[in-house]
Amino acid sequence: MQEDRWLATRKRHDQMMKILFVFSACTVAVIIFSIMFFLGFQGLQTFKGTTPWTFFFSADWTPSEDRFGAFSFFFSTFVLTLLSVLLSVPLALSGAIFMAKIAPKWMREILRPAADLFVGIPSVVYGLVGLTVIVPHLGKWFGVPGYGLLPAALILAIMILPTILSISEDAIRSLPKGLEEASLALGATRWQTIWRVLLPAAKPGILAGIILGMGRAVGETMAVFMVIGNSPQIPKSLLDSTTVLTTAIVKDMPHTFHGTTWNNALYLMALMLLLISMALIFVIRMVAKRGELK
Amino acid sequence: MNPRLTDRIATAFFWLNGILIIAILGWFLFRILGDGLPHLSWNFVTGKPQEMLAGGGVGPQLFNSFYILLLSLLFSLPIGLGAGIYLAIYAKKNRFTEWIRICVEALASIPSIVFGLFGLLLFVTLCNFKFSILSGALALALLNLPVLVRVTEESLRSIPSVYWEASLALGSTRWQAIRKVLIPAALPNLITGISLVSGRALGESAILIYTAGLSVSRFFPDFNPLAAGETLAVHLWYVQSEATVPDAKQIAQGSAAVLVIMVLVFNLLIALPSQWLQKRLFGGK
Repeated sequence: MQEDRWLATRKRHDQMMKILFVFSACTVAVIIFSIMFFLGFQGLQTFKGTTPWTFFFSADWTPSEDRFGAFSFFFSTFVLTLLSVLLSVPLALSGAIFMAKIAPKWMREILRPAADLFVGIPSVVYGLVGLTVIVPHLGKWFGVPGYGLLPAALILAIMILPTILSISEDAIRSLPKGLEEASLALGATRWQTIWRVLLPAAKPGILAGIILGMGRAVGETMAVFMVIGNSPQIPKSLLDSTTVLTTAIVKDMPHTFHGTTWNNALYLMALMLLLISMALIFVIRMVAKRGELK
Repeated sequence: MNPRLTDRIATAFFWLNGILIIAILGWFLFRILGDGLPHLSWNFVTGKPQEMLAGGGVGPQLFNSFYILLLSLLFSLPIGLGAGIYLAIYAKKNRFTEWIRICVEALASIPSIVFGLFGLLLFVTLCNFKFSILSGALALALLNLPVLVRVTEESLRSIPSVYWEASLALGSTRWQAIRKVLIPAALPNLITGISLVSGRALGESAILIYTAGLSVSRFFPDFNPLAAGETLAVHLWYVQSEATVPDAKQIAQGSAAVLVIMVLVFNLLIALPSQWLQKRLFGGK
């Protein structure tokens, strides 16, 4: 009799814990939807005070005169992301190949924690190095203040390097051993094998890494804030002060009051950032699926 | 060109790249620590900040950094562990599981400034927690959550399935098997994962500017979760861009050095106890 009761209690505990686990999993889903809901609700009220056309396609951001054109922010975000990925990919990809196929064990044991450290360094610290080292140097070389897209892209390229590197390395490393062996057996050199066999085969994984890196570049805030100059305009050159979506939010937030169009426009930008990062996730899933089909 | 020569050149090129990556990191650490370490003193690390004069410290900010980290782990660990356990053990391959996985991935990819604004809207404005340690910790918990889910799931999955099967075969319930067999076996990996999350959370700033705020309490240490909660990373940004103190640059460089030292500690030192734990649990395997 007592044993029955004990078994029943045990079973009840088991059931209860299972419900708790399912509940926690659901919480994750609830969080993401509430973020979308709250930011969407607040952000879309922007259009009470301005038109979608102005917000997305006008580059005139003069909140004091109620002109809320955010085009320059979108433009600079796009250019900055592209530039930092272009700067980062060659180094990251060769680093990944090096780590996966060429480096001896001791070198890997230095490089892997090094990559972890790159990820661990706080973004404000990257920003400070950019501000105290890169900006003054660029300024001296080109005879301008030195703020703008170029220093931001240089800093971002370093920040997204470990993301692209480690995912590409995993992709190269997880290729079936037979591919490499067959190529070498046919008389190809190591370089020919890497260039003609391994890289094409690892393409979906490498692409996923690059897209994740883009996501980081789009969303990075503090490091960019410290070196980009923060004028709300379309930059005339790579060393002209400009503003991206994330830094526009940080810069303008303290000057606004809850409920004004200005304030809502900043929430709308956050919503846009959210949608961009979701879109990138879906692209990664599509790339991964196509890779599986092959 | 001769393929063998090309191969040599390519190999040399890849070596150069690997060395370049390490050199960039080394240069970074050298710059940050070299510029920052001379400004560090007991007074700087524990002292109170100054509004107008030189010589202010970062004691309250350092305290807030750890306090917010602790609270945020308190909020995110139970849910993160729970969801990770669900995904690793209970989840069947169906629509619902796939859906939860997409949500975790999406949450992990959200830029931290977006969490910051969500926190500003929900915790600071609507819940009326003001700019406080509590608002900051809640927002930061959202950032930690997806990483914790992933760490939990991966470390549970890496345990050989015979552990699970043997435990069930001995008549344990699933919960008993999780609590007494799987979690202890996964502990070293879990601890490493949590320490990485903590290191990242300590350096986070975009999420905290508009949730934990840009000022500190008059009292130190102030355990009231509704007190203003500027952290060290936020302080670095603040003195560099807005502050009026004459030694802003020194404070920023000193703070950067402290932050980097903390990251180094979290990356290197916390890995050691987990190795020790592994030895104790698995007999030096």
